[in-house]
Amino acid sequence: MRSLIHRAVSDTAPGDPAPSRLGYRYQRMMLTPGFRGMVRIGVPILLIAAIFGSWYSQPENRAAFTARIEQTKQSFQQRPQFMVQTMNVIGGDLSAMTEVAALLPSEFPVSSFDLDLEKIRADIEALDPIKSASVRMGQGGALEVTLDPRVPVALWRDGPTLRLIDADSVVSGQIIARAERLDLPLIAGDGAEEKIDEALRLFAAAGPLIARVRGLVRMGERRWDMVLDRDQRILLPSDDPTSALDRVVALNGAQDMLNRDVTVVDMRNTGRPTLRMNEEAADTLRRANTTNNENGAGH
Amino acid sequence: MGDLYDSQRAMRQMRKAAMQRGVVAILDVGTSKIACLVLRFDGPERFRSVDGVGSLAGQSQFRVIGAATTRSRGIRFGEIDAMQETERAIRTAVQAAQKMADVRVDHVIACLSGARPRSYGLDGTLNVAGGMVSEQDISQVMASCDVPDYGAGREVLHAQPVNFALDHRSGLSDPRGQIGNELKTDMHMLTVDATAIQNLFYCIKRCDLELAGLASSAYVSGMSSLVEDEQELGAACIDLGGGTTGLSVFMKKHMIYADSVRMGGEHVTSDISMGLQIPTATAERIKTFYGGVVATGMDDREMIEIGGDTGDWEHDRRTVSRAELIGIMRPRVEEILEEVRERLDAAGFEHLPGQQIVLTGGGSQIPGLDGLASKILGQQVRLGRPLRVQGLPQAAIGPAFSSAVGLTLFAANPQDEWWDFEIPADNYPARSLKRAVKWFKDNW
Repeated sequence: MRSLIHRAVSDTAPGDPAPSRLGYRYQRMMLTPGFRGMVRIGVPILLIAAIFGSWYSQPENRAAFTARIEQTKQSFQQRPQFMVQTMNVIGGDLSAMTEVAALLPSEFPVSSFDLDLEKIRADIEALDPIKSASVRMGQGGALEVTLDPRVPVALWRDGPTLRLIDADSVVSGQIIARAERLDLPLIAGDGAEEKIDEALRLFAAAGPLIARVRGLVRMGERRWDMVLDRDQRILLPSDDPTSALDRVVALNGAQDMLNRDVTVVDMRNTGRPTLRMNEEAADTLRRANTTNNENGAGH
Repeated sequence: MGDLYDSQRAMRQMRKAAMQRGVVAILDVGTSKIACLVLRFDGPERFRSVDGVGSLAGQSQFRVIGAATTRSRGIRFGEIDAMQETERAIRTAVQAAQKMADVRVDHVIACLSGARPRSYGLDGTLNVAGGMVSEQDISQVMASCDVPDYGAGREVLHAQPVNFALDHRSGLSDPRGQIGNELKTDMHMLTVDATAIQNLFYCIKRCDLELAGLASSAYVSGMSSLVEDEQELGAACIDLGGGTTGLSVFMKKHMIYADSVRMGGEHVTSDISMGLQIPTATAERIKTFYGGVVATGMDDREMIEIGGDTGDWEHDRRTVSRAELIGIMRPRVEEILEEVRERLDAAGFEHLPGQQIVLTGGGSQIPGLDGLASKILGQQVRLGRPLRVQGLPQAAIGPAFSSAVGLTLFAANPQDEWWDFEIPADNYPARSLKRAVKWFKDNW
């Protein structure tokens, strides 16, 4: 029969509060810092790595993954903000521009990620007529190329070829005929291009003679000969050729020397300038001297 | 003896390792409760804020970061009776303390209250022939102590040099470097039952913990509840525990005698239970709520419901007066105290300069106990509470925790024991290789 009285559960033997051996060990393990860190960080990372690794080990997944990456990259790079629509080339003459244009992309629009501006600039600067260049992305998707062309200051004749040469002795081009660039002075001879500044000083010093100057010839890689028309030559010393030329110009101004039958004005020894007449003049002179002597003997 | 000598040395090493790691657990395995404290050592004076002696007399180098108690099971008279039960109880306490501390502890320092401790006073003499006393001399004078035959199946728990004398000068605490002819030492040795220690060792091992130290609970509760001048002048600490009553006598800051009476609070409870025909749990409850040892006229009128759940109304509505309860408790408490008196007399406590008696332990909370104790033990009786240590929760500062707190002090500032000194060189003869190595170490 069921008891009429509700008896409280005896509190003489309360439930065993002791943890089980396994639970105790588990708690101790979880209190170990290294183990806890491994469980909290190491295991999730390992799990993620394992899942990704197993997915990645399938070839089709791998291909899809790389394709996906490539596609994302493309779609980003092909955005209109990054597209280059036109190009502007500023500075430089027509021939230089045509040469530069060959180095630039020919088809537009093109993504700016596909352009290696540094390489383009290096290529352009490697061209002869270009001294320096800047290549940058400008406003409105334009590729701006600013050229700083080399300015030729002289023509350098080397055998049959005529080269344009600038103040830094760098060859910046080649022409076929002297007539193309009559404004530039002509130099020739071995080592002439290395002394371009001296040559330019000499041309400047030529003053009134400049109309008659055909060019400067470097002799023996140490001194200059100034060649005039009518096969005249001024031999200049290796030391201080400018003042020697000044003396010639002064002589010419005073005595109209170079309009006479002089072939060579030898200034190599500055203490003793020497003139050489042409054969005809020498003969005439010799004849005149002989006649004078005979007449003198007759009297 | 050599075996324990080695194992105590190993424990000391382990304690050092635990200090290095900074976390050590304290386990007070008592008859009525098991207390576990987790200590964190932060190096010396970490929490110190002002100059001077330092807070808590330099005890501030550690902090209690976890504390738990649980009802102990399987323990009688402070000795392990049912291993599995005790192991589970230890596990409960350690797990709760670990959880509170949020740190894993591997090393545990334990104390045990029972195991029939027995004190011996030893003395040794060594002729140092006018030379300076070296560490080796101290080891040798301790080795020359005449160890009594303490019987098989017993182990040395404590062996502390309490006094050194050089020629006619006595009371030296550290004779090293002093010059004299004859070095004498007095040692106090405490032996306990080997099986009790082995059982405790095994239980702790089963909980995946390493025992890093072992102490007698009478000794450590004296350390925590006696104030410094009492320890210096001579005092006895009486730890009224659940199954045993430990007593330790201190003089000159050394324990010179320890013993235990195999009676305690649980005997009072069982007396109440038997006398009033009530279950032990109810008896324990009315003991803690209404217990006392001095009856007054008021107590005749104060009726206590002792209840029951038999279904018999008459039986379940029984009441007793508080005077009756006191009448049951008082003889047992008197018996315990008289037994303590006997032990103290046997130890020659009356010859000490100080006669202070300090009552501590859970049983010392009985109202009126100090009056009763002063009638039996002498006039200078006070109730002692353990020292305050950093971080100890409010629930664990009562006198019932004096041995747990004492163990923390024992862990932080252990006293040098015999095995902490250098091994005397003449103990080596069998190990000549070791001796050769030592010779090389000393000379090169």
